[in-house]
Amino acid sequence: MKFTAFLIKYAEIGVKGRNRYLFEDALVHQIKFALKKCEGKFLIHKTQGRIYVDAEGEFDYEEAVEHLRHVFGISGICPVVYVEDEGFEKLCDTVVTYMADVYPDRNKTFKVHARRARKNYPKESMEINMDMGEVLLKAFPEMKVDVHNPDILLNIEIREKIYIYSEIIPGPGGMPVGTGGKAMLLLSGGIDSPVAGYMIAKRGVKIDAVYFHAPPYTSERAKQKVVDLARIVSRYAGPIYLHVINFTDIQLYIHEKCPHEELTIIMRRYMMRIAEHIAKETECLGLITGESIGQVASQTMHSLIATNEVCELPVYRPLIGFDKQEIVEVSEKIGTFETSIQPFEDCCTIFVAKHPVTKPNLNVIRRHEHNLDEKIEELVKTALETAEMMIVE
Amino acid sequence: MEAYLDNSATTRVLPEAAELITKIMCEDYGNPSSLHMKGVRAENYLRYAKETMARLLKVNEKEIFFTSGGTESDNMALMGCAFANSRWGKHLITTQIEHPAVLQTMRHLESLGYRVTYLPVDGSGRIALEDLQRAMTQDTILVSVMHTNNEIGSLQPVEEASVLIKRMNPNTLFHVDAVQGFGKAKIYPKRMGIDLLSVSGHKIHGPKGIGVLYVGEKVKIQPILHGGGQQHNMRSGTDNVPGAAGMAKAAELLYRHYDEDIKHLCHCKKYFMDGIRQLEGVTINGLLPGKPDGEGTAPHIVSVSFAGVRSEVLLHALEEKEIYVSAGSACAARKPQPSATLKAIGADKAQLESTIRFSFSVYTTEEELHYTLQTLYDKIPMLRKYTRR
Repeated sequence: MKFTAFLIKYAEIGVKGRNRYLFEDALVHQIKFALKKCEGKFLIHKTQGRIYVDAEGEFDYEEAVEHLRHVFGISGICPVVYVEDEGFEKLCDTVVTYMADVYPDRNKTFKVHARRARKNYPKESMEINMDMGEVLLKAFPEMKVDVHNPDILLNIEIREKIYIYSEIIPGPGGMPVGTGGKAMLLLSGGIDSPVAGYMIAKRGVKIDAVYFHAPPYTSERAKQKVVDLARIVSRYAGPIYLHVINFTDIQLYIHEKCPHEELTIIMRRYMMRIAEHIAKETECLGLITGESIGQVASQTMHSLIATNEVCELPVYRPLIGFDKQEIVEVSEKIGTFETSIQPFEDCCTIFVAKHPVTKPNLNVIRRHEHNLDEKIEELVKTALETAEMMIVE
Repeated sequence: MEAYLDNSATTRVLPEAAELITKIMCEDYGNPSSLHMKGVRAENYLRYAKETMARLLKVNEKEIFFTSGGTESDNMALMGCAFANSRWGKHLITTQIEHPAVLQTMRHLESLGYRVTYLPVDGSGRIALEDLQRAMTQDTILVSVMHTNNEIGSLQPVEEASVLIKRMNPNTLFHVDAVQGFGKAKIYPKRMGIDLLSVSGHKIHGPKGIGVLYVGEKVKIQPILHGGGQQHNMRSGTDNVPGAAGMAKAAELLYRHYDEDIKHLCHCKKYFMDGIRQLEGVTINGLLPGKPDGEGTAPHIVSVSFAGVRSEVLLHALEEKEIYVSAGSACAARKPQPSATLKAIGADKAQLESTIRFSFSVYTTEEELHYTLQTLYDKIPMLRKYTRR
């Protein structure tokens, strides 16, 4: 038996009020976008608070499911078999075949759940439940009915056509991208930042990203790795505008003028400043980083005060309470881990002091930053002017 | 100006070779195993390739086998020999500074129950014959020694080793990995007592994906690829006609100007080393004691350690100026672990992290080297200023 459609379930959107249609429309849009890359043609339609994806003709089932599983806002994907209405007996035959195909292991309990959306159908929902249950019990004597906690919840929806489904493939949850504004992700080549981007995108936020490139201290391949990571995140978050900043001169200047233990903190302050500048220009409503309290010297609460104070926009740190292992688990789930662990230097790791400050004193940092007064504005300006922008999808 | 100084990684294809390859791919694209005319024409190219390679190595055509490159040649030699001779022996000898194609194949053979001895090398990257003598046993089936080291350009005493091996155990086979050596030194397996010899096409201005394994007539090895029975059943798979012909064409032309080319490379090496020595805190690796001009080493490789400069950083700094080099060797450069060759010659950690390989070809000009040296004079002090403190 071949699945010919999907019923898309969404969790959180359902509790929205009068603006609910906005979320639904966004979800439809995202589904269309995701399926564009799949073999086959699909018709996506919204009816009575549900979204259906109908395949028109041949399609690759596995591929379609894989792409739908990347669409935020979907809590579950139900593969559907739909048939023309050719009378109840014919329907019974179809359902029996369906059950035989989908559940080769018969030692299961089931419940029939009919919905008669088309009210001119000759049987009422309750009648369909009872009659269909009887037919199934006769066809599969090993199966039992359990109306409270069934293994199989067999849905039969009577509409223009009749929809049969029982399986739910979990989706990623969250909200459709584009319903929550836009934010600028500070993307390094590490494990954390792609995960941070993923998590904020999951709340419906569109993502742009900024990467700090430091040639010759970081290589073209390190940059390619960041592009690859952005591409993986974009499978969930949609096209990402990636800004590449040449950071070498700023970094060398800080290295020259400031105490070495404070290099990382001051460097990160400039990264935040530059990221915020681009964020504001591109109408982002916040910054996203992959920081987690205490992971490294620049991510202690004291250090976070220092990097936070240079920004006006809110800085979202979705991983702030995560352990490394928990971050790794998400990165494995979303497929960024393998790319993240490729051994190329990123600009945070070069020049790192043996013993960087873990509790920077804000006044001291500010004072040392004044050492940079002579040239830093010019350097930042140049970095912004020479920024390279690419669309990653 | 562009300076491609990574010729040990790969080389530019000779235009004549490229032309021939295009012609074979677009016009004479037949399969030499086909019976019709198109097949025969393709077979003629293959015959030309075989004859040429045999003539240049002064061996019999029947002893030439085309492979997919140096790695396959090494695999075929080592595994083919190990499988064919395991009845009477399970011991193999090699050196600590072989290419991964040999070292990893040896590790694989170890996992299959063979014993392998890895000979150490001295500070200039050469094995000691006494060590080889001590390692030889009655069940040593194969000794594999590289002709020219790919990272530091040291040469092994191949001829002396062969004499020693045959004296100790006439049954022991001798394999030489000449991927870096072929074309840079005249190598004649029969005269030098070599039973198996690996050669690669793309290191001598030929195409990638083609190599040769010379297998002496009396040498018994087993094939490692099975299939349609091409090349006397020794190496199945549709013959790579364009590859083989392209490599042969490149090799043929190379040997035509052999003496001038070598003189040119030696000049390049000396010129470059003299220039490098103008810098402070540099070590040139792999030179023989008392031979500062590189006598007794490969004419095309200069390995330099720049104290206090991370090799990856210098590599990318040079890249900005269109100068292309390798950190250690290209094969190892993308892996984080330090080079086994440099370790084996006793390099310390600082040296391991700061070594760059410059490798030349017949296309390398003095202007390019001058440009590279000037760039180094410019960059090295700057990079040393900004190091991890």
